[in-house]
Order: sequence, then C-alpha cells, then structure tokens
Amino acid sequence: MIQYSWLIPALPALAFVLIALLTKRSKGLSASISIGVMAVCLALSVCLFLHLLALDPAGRVFAMNWTWLSVPPWQANMGVLIDPLSVNMLLVVTLVSLLVQVYSLGYLQDDERLSTYYSYLSLFTASMLLLVVSTNFLQIFVGWELVGVSSYLLVGFWYFKPEAAEAAKKAFVVNRIGDVGFLMGVAAIGMTFNNFDFTQVEALVTQGVAHGTYTSGFVSILALLLFCGAVGKSAQFPLHVWLPDAMEGPTPVSALIHAATMVAAGVYMVARTFPLFSADLHAMTVVAYVGGFTALFAASIALTQDDIKRILAYSTLSQLGYMMLALGAGGYTAGMFHLTTHACFKALLFLGAGSVIHAVHSNDIWKMGALMKPMRVTGVTFLIAALAISGVPPLAGFWSKDEIFAAVRDSSVPGHQWLLAAAVFTAFLTAFYMFRLFFVVFLGEARSPQAAHESPKVMTVPLLILAVLSISAGWLNWPGWDAFSRFVYEGPAPHPESFDGVLALFSSLVALAGLTLSGLFYYWKVFSAQKAADRFHPLYLLLKNKYYVDEFYGWLVRKFTWGLASLFDWLDRQVIDGGLVDGLGRLTQDLGGLLRFTQTGSVQNYALVILAAVAVIYLCVSF
Amino acid sequence: MSTVPLAHFLYFALALFSIGLFGVLARKNAISVLLGVEMMLNAVNINYLAFAKYWNWNSLTGPVFVIFIIAVGAAEVAVALAIVISVYRQFKSANVDEVHALKG
Repeated sequence: MIQYSWLIPALPALAFVLIALLTKRSKGLSASISIGVMAVCLALSVCLFLHLLALDPAGRVFAMNWTWLSVPPWQANMGVLIDPLSVNMLLVVTLVSLLVQVYSLGYLQDDERLSTYYSYLSLFTASMLLLVVSTNFLQIFVGWELVGVSSYLLVGFWYFKPEAAEAAKKAFVVNRIGDVGFLMGVAAIGMTFNNFDFTQVEALVTQGVAHGTYTSGFVSILALLLFCGAVGKSAQFPLHVWLPDAMEGPTPVSALIHAATMVAAGVYMVARTFPLFSADLHAMTVVAYVGGFTALFAASIALTQDDIKRILAYSTLSQLGYMMLALGAGGYTAGMFHLTTHACFKALLFLGAGSVIHAVHSNDIWKMGALMKPMRVTGVTFLIAALAISGVPPLAGFWSKDEIFAAVRDSSVPGHQWLLAAAVFTAFLTAFYMFRLFFVVFLGEARSPQAAHESPKVMTVPLLILAVLSISAGWLNWPGWDAFSRFVYEGPAPHPESFDGVLALFSSLVALAGLTLSGLFYYWKVFSAQKAADRFHPLYLLLKNKYYVDEFYGWLVRKFTWGLASLFDWLDRQVIDGGLVDGLGRLTQDLGGLLRFTQTGSVQNYALVILAAVAVIYLCVSF
Repeated sequence: MSTVPLAHFLYFALALFSIGLFGVLARKNAISVLLGVEMMLNAVNINYLAFAKYWNWNSLTGPVFVIFIIAVGAAEVAVALAIVISVYRQFKSANVDEVHALKG
C-alpha cells in the first residue's frame, strides 16, 4: 500500500496537466477528471490510514526518497513521508477538496471557464498534497510556493474584477514576505546541517542541543525563520492582511483556502518541524503569543464586519491563531486536532455562505434575512457549523478548543495565564459574531429583494456530509478514548492534553454566554446594536476599519517606496543621466569644438600641416 | 670626360621640389597647384635616376619606379583636372582659397 502513496500528489498534478492541455473544451469531462481523481486520492488516503491503523504505533513512519539534485554535500530529494501526521492531513485535504469540487459543479455551473477552474483546483490540491507528504525542507518549500501560485490563480480567477486581481496580487506579495524568512530558514538549515531531511535534521537538532553543539538560541532562530513562512501562509498577525481580501475568489475556493489547502500549510509546517520549535522556549513563546494575539485581534474585527465572507475570513484568522497558540503552548496534538475539526466546520461555513450568496446574489449580511425558511438545508447545516466553531458541546469545535485551553493552561510559556484569558475571551467573541451572522442571515425579517431558493443537491449534499463531520469529528478525542491524540502523537510529545471537566464547563458557558448576548442584540433585539456602536464609537470605528492595519501598511509602503523612488529618481536624473550620459556627450562636444578650429576647409592649409609634420618627423628621426 | 657630380643632380632636384612645394602651398589657382604637384613628382624622379646612375646602374629598381610614377602621375592629373573642372562648375572659380565648404 505504502509504495503507491506517491500517487496521491501525482494524480491531481496529472489531472491538472490533462485538463489544461487536452480536455479544456469539454467542461463536463474536465470536471469529472478532476473530481474522479480527487475521489481516488481520498480512497487512497483512507486505505493508507487503515493500513497505518493496523500497524504497531511505533512502526507507523515510512519514507521514500528519490534524488532530485545532488550537489555534495547537499542532496535534494523528492519523496513521500507517510506517518500519522501526514496521513491525517491527507485525509483532511482530499476530503475537503473532493467536497469542494463537487460543490463547485453547482456553484459555478454557468461559468464558461469551468475547465480552467477545475485545472487550477487540481493544481492547488496537488501542491498541497506535495507539501503534506514532503520528506525534506526543499520539497516542502516547492509545495509551499506551488500552493502560493495556485492560490494566486484561484483568488484572481475572476481577474476581470479589479478587486479580485488586486486581492490575488496582495495574497501573493504578502505571502512572499513571509517566504523570505522561510527560505532563509531552509538555507540556514542546509548550511548548518548539510542536510534537508526532516527526520535527520530533527535528530541532529535534538542531539546537537543535548551535546551543546548548537545553542538552543541558535535553534530557536532557525525555528523562527521557518515560522516567518508560517505567519505568511497561515495569515498570522502581522501578515494576516491577505486572507480577508482573498475572499474575492469564488466561494468554494475560499472554503478550500480556509479549510484545507492553504492556511493549514503553515500550521502543518510548524507541527512537522515541531522538534526545532520545542528545543527552545523562546521560539515557543513567540509562536504562542503571535497565535494568541491573532486569535483575539481577528475575532474582535469580525464583530463589526458586514460581508458574510469577510466575517468568516476573520474567524479563520482567529481559529488559526488558536492553532498556533496551541502549538506554541506545546499542545502538538491539540493544534492538529483543532486544524482537523476546523477544516470540517470552516469548509461547511464557507460552502454554506456560498449557497446563501448563490441564492441572494449579495455578500452583505444586511441584505439577507429569514433565509431559514426557503433554505432549510443550508440554514440547518450553517447552524451546526456555527455551533461547532463557537465551541458548544458536543460538537467538534468544543473538543478541540477545550484541548487548546488545557494545553495553554499547563504550558510553560511565560504569562500563559494571560494567553488563556485571551483564548477564552476569543471563544466568547467567536460565539458572539458567529451568531450575529446566523441571526441576521437566517432569522429575523426578510431583506432580500428577490425570493431565495435552496441550492441544488450537488451543493447541499457536501453541506450535509460536512455537517455530520462538524458534529462528530470531535468525538475522536472523547475523554478516555483519545483516538486522535494517540494516532497523531509521535515522538516526544511535550504535553499530553487531558480533558478537564471544570475547564470544559467553563468554556461551554462562555460560548453560550456569547451566543445569548448575540441573540439579545440581533434576535430578540433587547439591546440595540446601533446604540452600542454609537456609545463606543471610536472603538467601533477602529474595529470596523480593521485596526487600520491595511491603511498603515499602505502608508508605510508608500512612504518607503516613495522615499526610495525619489532617491533613485535623483540618482538616475543627476548621476546617471546628468553625469554619465550627458557628461560624455558634453565632453565629446567640447573636444570637437576645440578640434574644429583645425578644420579650415582650405586644402593648402592641410598640405602645410603635412609638410610641417614631415619636417617634425624628419627632425625627430635625425636627432 | 668630365661627369656631372651626383650633388648637382640633388641640388637641381631639391630646387625643383621646393619650387613645386611653393606652388602647391602658395598659389591660388588650382591649375598652378597641380603644376606644383607635377614638379614635385618629377623632382623625385630625378633623384631616383641620379641615385640609380651613381650607386648601382645594374639595378633597375630606380628607373622602374620612375616609369610607375610617370604613369600614376598621368592618371592623377586626369582625375585632378576632372575635379578642377567640376569645382569650377560648382563654385564658378578655380581659386583654391574660395573653395572651403568643408570648413569646420
């Protein structure tokens, strides 16, 4: 079984080539190739998973390597690493991808570039799968950049909309900023260890730190350079700005980006290289604080947004912050568990939002309302997802979020009680803004100009499947059973998360409080949201404008670029043009002006000069 | 039989060359300039023959050169006269002072 695992990233890549080169004319054929391939990949992943389950927990790691480039002392391999962590990701990615691709059939049925769309989707998934099965830092970087390119193509799929083109560019550029750090990290690892292989580098790091060959500070610098890449890809503060704009792409693409194939890459990479991070508390602290801050920061922005996809985008930022916080706090399995459950309910939320947008042709939540009646399936599944993300027991989000809280509580990161407070407060905000969204969109009075209708089956069936998963995925870590933790756990796990009844009760109360408060504002209308916004007007403006981070970056870039540009402008005009180009011209002109006095035009003068010259030469030769 | 010594030929040739040079440099009329050039050429011819006679009469190098110079000189005069004629047509003058269109 294991020897066929390389097919998982290879098949979608093949599908991309096939669709792009051969079947572009036929929309149906292209879509079926893409979906069929994804179904095969999912089946292969499930087989791999079952295969690993049957094995002894100690022997669940398989690596195959093919030499790609050999430049002694370095060797670049392309390979497949199959272990519980990567199989978990394979399952998530192929499942969400498959459902999104099926859903897209309904969502984009009238788009004439459907074939192109499916070729991009295949490429996107292939890149993510290549990244997931990487055996070494170079391969993960290749997959990493391919994910970036295909997300650029998909976010800008409707490139004729200026906002989509801008958003695609922004996503690409912001990701590159993080990637610089990542690339430097990979290069530094190559220089230090002469090796790129995950397992070997991790062994070298562990040994090196134990023997004092490398200081833990040095290792934490490596880890933080890698983390720069994760900050970009997983949209953590301060590189979070691209993700909310990336919703300009088709909604199923947002589901894919937010749930499985893009932002999860950063979290996965940190989990994959976890021994580098856990070698030093400083690196862990940075990861935890960036994650915790992003969680709170993004959740507060989500409170005031009006665009359904934008609210979901900020909730993704916030949930990714949770995952990073969990990893930074040492909760390796908690982070991965939340990644898995989050993939289910976030894909469901986005696909549900897509279904709503499909029905009312608007993104503005204030133009929706009372959609529960005409769109029963979408409404109920959306409610399930909202409950799951808010952490209401016994849905998926509750279990994973609770493990994160437990991990943070027991963490050795300094100031972890503050992080815990931030995480719990974020949970409250999450419940509040998710149910604000739910109440406004699905309940209350109808505000949509046209009659909404339920989406076709091809869209609702993926919703139903994801809804089942959003309810049940959390049960994998049922207290005492802990199937997920025992499966994904490998190597030295610094923190065995344990279920804690008090914490669980507290966090579910917090979630319910957020939910209820949201209901008081937006359903029963006991409080007026308008009055609250007026009362705290400066705060409201600050949140509404997303803390002005975009404006600040715009200002910074403009100042910086303009400063640099005017320096170069001066250099170009004064030194290059004025000094070199014009100077050479003027020199030639002046010399010519001097020499023209010798050109009298009179032949006899020339003859005289010749005579004089001959005389001079004669004199020179004879004396 | 008293022979004319070599020096006399050389003085004669020098005189002829200098007169020719003066004609080339100082005369205004283009035809006179051409005459000066011819005189300089012939001064050279005299030198060739004089040296041939006094140094090595068996070698034909000097006389052959003279033949060549006469031939080339004839061709040069043909071209030069043609130029003088077209200059005259262009400027209505054969005065070399007035022909300075190439003045820088």
